[in-house]
Amino acid sequence: MIRATGLTKDYGSRRAIENLTFEAKQGEVVGFLGPNGAGKTTTMRILTGYMPPTFGTAEVAGYDIIRDSIEVRRRVGYLPETVPLYPDMTVFEYLTFMADLRHIPDSGDMVDEVLEMVGLEQRADGYIAKLSKGMRQRVGLAQSLLHKPEVLILDEPTIGLDPAQVVEVRNIIREVGKERTVLLSTHILSEAQQLCDRVMIINKGRIVAEDSPENLQSSLVGAERALVRVKGESEELAPQLSKIAGVQNVKVRPDGALEFQFAPGQEIRPAVAKAVIQAGYDLIELSPVGMSLEEIFLELTRDGSESKKE
Amino acid sequence: MRNVWTFAVREFKHYFITPIAYIVALVALLTVGILFVIQIYYAASQSLYYGSTAPDASIVIGPLATVFLLVTPAITMRLLADEQRMGTMELLLTAPVKDWELVVGKWLGAFLFSLTVIAVTLIFPIILNKLVTPGIDQGVMAAGYLAIILLVAAYLAVGTTMSAIFSNQFAAFFATLVVLMALWWLIHLPTYVVQSDAINTVLNYLDLNTRFTSLMTGKVALSDIIYPLSLTAVGLFLGSVVVEMRRWQ
Repeated sequence: MIRATGLTKDYGSRRAIENLTFEAKQGEVVGFLGPNGAGKTTTMRILTGYMPPTFGTAEVAGYDIIRDSIEVRRRVGYLPETVPLYPDMTVFEYLTFMADLRHIPDSGDMVDEVLEMVGLEQRADGYIAKLSKGMRQRVGLAQSLLHKPEVLILDEPTIGLDPAQVVEVRNIIREVGKERTVLLSTHILSEAQQLCDRVMIINKGRIVAEDSPENLQSSLVGAERALVRVKGESEELAPQLSKIAGVQNVKVRPDGALEFQFAPGQEIRPAVAKAVIQAGYDLIELSPVGMSLEEIFLELTRDGSESKKE
Repeated sequence: MRNVWTFAVREFKHYFITPIAYIVALVALLTVGILFVIQIYYAASQSLYYGSTAPDASIVIGPLATVFLLVTPAITMRLLADEQRMGTMELLLTAPVKDWELVVGKWLGAFLFSLTVIAVTLIFPIILNKLVTPGIDQGVMAAGYLAIILLVAAYLAVGTTMSAIFSNQFAAFFATLVVLMALWWLIHLPTYVVQSDAINTVLNYLDLNTRFTSLMTGKVALSDIIYPLSLTAVGLFLGSVVVEMRRWQ
């Protein structure tokens, strides 16, 4: 359980986060979504007891992060953005060292257990210096799981991993998130959609939106978009598409595909498919285009400036 | 306390997988060994003319003090600076560990390593004991080793603090060297500028060199034992404060 109240952090004169108030319950996976420098890492560092906030406080796993920092740290597993590893140690040595710092009884068994969870049993005796980036990420994740923490805080857990590893790491997070509280940060919208029960969009140190990923997307996306790709030249197709009722704003993309908007919920694609074929083109692709995080941000900041004017 | 030991063991082991340990041990043993041989020959030649004034363990301990003044910065420079550089500080400061446990553990690891090097130098007094009759003064030897152990403890505490202050190893190295040289050689420098009994008294109290020399030659005074111990404690306390302050940055 995480309950933050009015968290504010100043670095000198620069305000990194401002008045953040949020909650994450047990069995909930909450995502922090935002661009670099939005304040995600700062917030996580405060919640893990790495540094105190300038104002405000938070309760993590039932303890105050300032008064009972050590108790909080006992109950939190943390994977920082730059995975903190000792290259001169083997995976097993490193995890045993961390287990010792956490006073875990039978640390050897526990290390074996987390190694199995992250799929690194085979590399236990390998030196960390020799591991690939993806493997290092998994060692870092293993470290954060060692003490079966009530709260797991993961800063960009899938960054730099290859697609297969991303899937593995996401599966682990999903598994862990069933019983415990997970707070993770990402700047990949699809990741937040797949993993999180709830997403907080954070920008310039403030929470600008908070909801389930589905609600966020439907409330933010005023219009849905789709992409049409045909065999050969497609430029002459654009005016024909525009004639279909409901199709708006047809654009030719640099790669030759066409993109258009339509109102959410309106099932327009069958009509488009028919039109394309009737016009004598070979339809290769007709697919929805998701809204990128960047666009959501543009959307959010635009909404903000408009509401201020009112 | 358990965390202190965990850090100390990790640090102690780390010395032996880096070249630093071997370079430090080599420099220390080679320097002390060469000076030892020179002193023995010198004493032998002197005794031909002036009768026997047998050397004691201080011919080993004395040079060792200077050697440690120069190698301590190399022993301590990476202790905390490296954690800062590698980003592992974030791991340690979010583990359920108190800041002082980290600092003291790091220091203890360096201290155990230094004790190992000091232990190896015991071969010289043992050789000396065979060479002179009726053997060397065991009391002076014990006092000498007590003196060097206390001195090294204080040196390492200064180095640990510098390593906490600087996230750059080389900055930590030079800062440690400067502070140690000031404590060891330059402590009386202000008296050349200002003549004042008060300053003199304070500087005499802070003079590590005189206290060490006195203890090494077998004059065991409580204040000469307490001073390096308190210097160690102050160093480790400051180191912990620096780590704590880093959190507030």
